Amino acid sequence: MNDKVILLVEDNPDDEELTLRALKKNNIQNDVVVARDGVQALDYLFGNGAHAGRNVSILPSVVLLDLKLPKIDGLEVLKKIRGDDRTRFLPVVILTSSKEDQDLINGYKLGANSYIRKPVDFSQFIDAVRQLGLYWLLLNEPAPSER
Amino acid sequence: MSSFRDLPIKHKLTALSVLASGSALVLACFTFVVYDGWTFRDSLIQTVSTQAKMVGYNSAAALVFGEPRSARETLSALNAEPRIISAGVYIRDGKLFASYLRDPGRDGDEALGPVLSHSNAEGHRFEANHLDLWRPIIFGQERLGTIVIRADLEAIRTRQLRYLGIAVVVLLISTLGAILVSFGFQRSISGPILGLAMTARTVSRDKDFSLRARGSGKDEIGVLVETFNEMLARIQEQNQQLQKAHDELEQRVIERTTQLEAANKELEAFAYSVSHDLRAPLRSIDGFSEAILQGYGDQLDQQGRSDLQRVRAASQRMAQLIDDILNLSRVSRGEMRYEAVNLSTIARAIASELQSVAPERPVELSILDGVIATGDPRLLRVVLDNLLRNAWKFTEKHPTAKIEFGVSHSNGKPVYFVRDDGAGFDMAYAGKLFGAFQRLHAMTEFQGTGIGLATVQRIVHRHGGRVWAEGKVEQGAIFYFTL
Repeated sequence: MNDKVILLVEDNPDDEELTLRALKKNNIQNDVVVARDGVQALDYLFGNGAHAGRNVSILPSVVLLDLKLPKIDGLEVLKKIRGDDRTRFLPVVILTSSKEDQDLINGYKLGANSYIRKPVDFSQFIDAVRQLGLYWLLLNEPAPSER
Repeated sequence: MSSFRDLPIKHKLTALSVLASGSALVLACFTFVVYDGWTFRDSLIQTVSTQAKMVGYNSAAALVFGEPRSARETLSALNAEPRIISAGVYIRDGKLFASYLRDPGRDGDEALGPVLSHSNAEGHRFEANHLDLWRPIIFGQERLGTIVIRADLEAIRTRQLRYLGIAVVVLLISTLGAILVSFGFQRSISGPILGLAMTARTVSRDKDFSLRARGSGKDEIGVLVETFNEMLARIQEQNQQLQKAHDELEQRVIERTTQLEAANKELEAFAYSVSHDLRAPLRSIDGFSEAILQGYGDQLDQQGRSDLQRVRAASQRMAQLIDDILNLSRVSRGEMRYEAVNLSTIARAIASELQSVAPERPVELSILDGVIATGDPRLLRVVLDNLLRNAWKFTEKHPTAKIEFGVSHSNGKPVYFVRDDGAGFDMAYAGKLFGAFQRLHAMTEFQGTGIGLATVQRIVHRHGGRVWAEGKVEQGAIFYFTL
């Protein structure tokens, strides 16, 4: 189970901390890579910048993507992910505060797999993360990577 | 005379000038002919009188000496005057002494006879075809007899006829001339008028107020044309002003619309920001409070744990408030669609949702079927959702509950209602029911932020309707609304 990496794209350090704790609370011990803005996320996925030299054939099992990010925002990242053959089928779960119709529409339009609204209540959040983990890490079959 | 009125001006003018010149001519001819007749008669009388005197004088000797033959010879001199039909000399007692006939073989003496019945010694009389004239024959101091001459008026007749003929010909020629002249001149009158009429017709047909009629001098028609053109100019000016005002109005509407759209966009951005940015810190507050509780809860006493719980509760409540405000503002944003909406099916759907979340609750639902209203389906769903959820919530404390949705009629307009027999409310506070964040119950009794009814009211008002409620404490409440 440890080779399944979770890419968490989140700019808010508090939210980052809470998400990591929620994962820990649910005994999800996978490696979590944190990108604090869109550029870092894309660099990781495509092996550029700070992550140059990474083996890009190893993709995360799921990307937890926040929408409001500095530099390149979440929807742009999603677009780039879906636009590249290497990452086209990468599971992306939008994890955000916003419940605005426009964000939902755009998210699904650009090809997000799922859209979860972060609850304020921490216990609810823990529960949500548990379900996320169970589903995307265990239940879901990712697309086979093209060799 | 309406048919005269309807004649074209050309013909009217012609008729008038012909009539005028014709009647002048006729009058002139008539006067002339008549006058000529009179003078001719006078001259005839004069001539015949002179002849009568001369012949009478010359016959005096014959009378004195009783020589009719001599008198006859004298009389026959009258042959020189072709107009004289007959003449006769009479002696004093009225007997015919000598006579002369121009055309012998025609009526003879009887023609002359009646003349002598006149008492006057001299005189004349006009008959139909002839003039009888008699003069006394005097020799010395003695009246010997009378000479009577009859002259015919043939000459006058032919003369008059000739004059008449000439007059008629002149009349005809002058009428022709009048017609031609008037035809020529009428153009200068009716031309501009027709031009004016044509211009008017073209202007009104094409709605082109830039045309102008052609001017025609300084007479009344010219004034008319000028006035007409002035009127057109004024209309054109007014049209331009109207157009300008219209354009300005359109411009203003466009400006206003863009302003409104900009304001709406700002509002949307604001709502977006609220929904996203305000909640993040709340998550932190709640999350880390929980983390403390879980990580260090055993190091805290009851008070400490309870305090942290309150912190968590407060932040969660704030999140709920933010959501409610967002929902309320979402109601005002966006365009309204007007469709036929089946309120019954919506109510049923909401009711079954509520029931499925809490299946153990024995709630009797009575939903009238076939209730159709016209409005925005999305917003109307929110109304029913709020009202039914309220009914559900406020009947929680009761062992059984009855929730009803239906429609009644008042003044021919439908009034929709949701009734429950739950906690109800005190009518004294009915005014506060629909205020935003106003609650009539303590938070410990019933949950809620007090935004539901405010949302309902805003939606109903957007539909142009009214919403009100009746209630009795612990006996339930009825919420009415119209659209």
